[in-house]
Amino acid sequence: MSSLSLAVRDSSTMLRRNLLHARRYPSLTLNLLLTPIMLLLLFVYIFGDVMSAGIGGGGADRSEYIAYIVPGLLLMTIGSTTIGTAVSVSNDMSEGIIARFRTMAIHRSSVITGRVVGSVLQSIASVVLVGAVGVAIGFRSTDATALEWLAAFGLLTLFALALTWIAVGMGMVSPNAEAASNNAMPLIFLPLISSTFVPVDAMPGWFQPIAEYQPFTPAIETLRGLLLGTEIGNNGWIALAWCVALSALGYYWSKAVYNRDPK
Amino acid sequence: MPSSVMPTPRKDVGQQPPAAVSVVGLRKSYGDKTVLDGIDLHIPAGSVFALLGPNGAGKTTAVKILSTLITADAGDLHVGGHDLATDPQAVRAAIGVTGQFSAVDGLITGEENMLLMADLQHLSKHEGRQVTAELLERFDLTEAAKKPASTYSGGMKRRLDIAMTLVGNPRIIFLDEPTTGLDPRSRHNMWGIIRELVTSGVTVFLTTQYLEEADELADRIAVLNNGRIAAEGTAEELKRLIPGGHVRLRFSDPTAYRSAALALREATRDDEALSLQIPSDGSQRELRSVLDWLDSAGIEADELTVHTPDLDDVFFALTGSGMPSQTKEDVR
Repeated sequence: MSSLSLAVRDSSTMLRRNLLHARRYPSLTLNLLLTPIMLLLLFVYIFGDVMSAGIGGGGADRSEYIAYIVPGLLLMTIGSTTIGTAVSVSNDMSEGIIARFRTMAIHRSSVITGRVVGSVLQSIASVVLVGAVGVAIGFRSTDATALEWLAAFGLLTLFALALTWIAVGMGMVSPNAEAASNNAMPLIFLPLISSTFVPVDAMPGWFQPIAEYQPFTPAIETLRGLLLGTEIGNNGWIALAWCVALSALGYYWSKAVYNRDPK
Repeated sequence: MPSSVMPTPRKDVGQQPPAAVSVVGLRKSYGDKTVLDGIDLHIPAGSVFALLGPNGAGKTTAVKILSTLITADAGDLHVGGHDLATDPQAVRAAIGVTGQFSAVDGLITGEENMLLMADLQHLSKHEGRQVTAELLERFDLTEAAKKPASTYSGGMKRRLDIAMTLVGNPRIIFLDEPTTGLDPRSRHNMWGIIRELVTSGVTVFLTTQYLEEADELADRIAVLNNGRIAAEGTAEELKRLIPGGHVRLRFSDPTAYRSAALALREATRDDEALSLQIPSDGSQRELRSVLDWLDSAGIEADELTVHTPDLDDVFFALTGSGMPSQTKEDVR
């Protein structure tokens, strides 16, 4: 068997294993969805009137605020799902089964590849679920063209890939599930201090750089632009650069950790 | 030790059959702690080899290295004729490993674990199902096949673990402490499984801290202590390494013990267990003379046992950790 077909075959076996886990134990994935959905409902129905007063010069109503926060919450959903990835990678690595895989004549990276593909698929499924909740409470993106929809989907996938690679690295260096969950906190914390809920301009001046120079804000602005037709500016390129850089970083980090001798 | 690595009989040095595992000068250390300090092993194909040693002797490290899990610092290592350093993937194709800690996926069922192995061994769907059904049957797991492996008992997990190892039909099997933590019945079942493997021509490399187990199963035994091979040979050869048995006297009264210890200067003392060991070959004549002598010295022990040498003695003699407080002894 050629090395490529070996890689594809073993990776898809590993993918099936991860999807089987996700299907058998859906509660972990669903629990992670609770955070973005609760925040969505909280900010729309509880804080909605006050929050929307601060958007668009004070004239916005609740439905405009829904439109404002859904893109950020979709990206936060990815962050939240990948925390689950970090936890299950860390769990997996402490199990004997990974040691078994390492002593088998299989494509060495297939363990990681299968995990990453599975996690990206899980992220996309989660985004669809949270998106459906958004639509149910009134989010509409009817002005976007098919191409913009496609680009939005591409951005979400790429973002999921980037965060997954980082999460895999975090999971691998974490000695246990608790540590993995702590190490992966930035993945859910960063969207809270991005432009998810309020525009960066509305934040205190000293805080604006923190909100601006992180992966979530440019990705959120790009997604908003694609779905709602707001100004994207150079956020698209910045978001793309973040995705590529994080993917590369996570990729080499995970590989390096995986190829180290296990303890 | 010159060793024939490739299975080419003509080039054999000495009388050695082709080696399934050949190790020369294996070294491994973690920081400044030396775990394996120059080990040589030659394991003929189709034999059972036991690496015996106390906890922390380096047994697991040796298995991890030979099964390609971790890399050695030094050594000329060949498994199944393949060089571990240059062709680990070929080694992996030849071996099966059951580690000390269960290597099953607890989240999926026993059957799914088996099918996962079949997929990774690149068997066809049909073959995979067939092998899975056969092995589950053979290891008495058919009934539990549809249950998550995490719900299995320790013995069942070990059986599943070994069944998974056998999916690829490996020629060399590493078993790291295969019976640790098993109850006596499961242990005996495991021994039966290992014996069965050997009849099919597989080479078994097992580690154990149980001397009885090595004695039961292994063709050859190496005693590993502090990262070195302290002795190697058949169980019989090892037993011959140490001199005859002894009579053991146990006391419950410390005062009686102390006076007896003073009277019997040649006896080995075990102050903690309040027991004395007098060298003896266990023959009737010697036993009588020991008893007479005890009478004349006015020593009355609470318990008298005759101990014939077994692997325990070899083990404790070689590893220098003193007699354990509990050894199996024949009371005559």
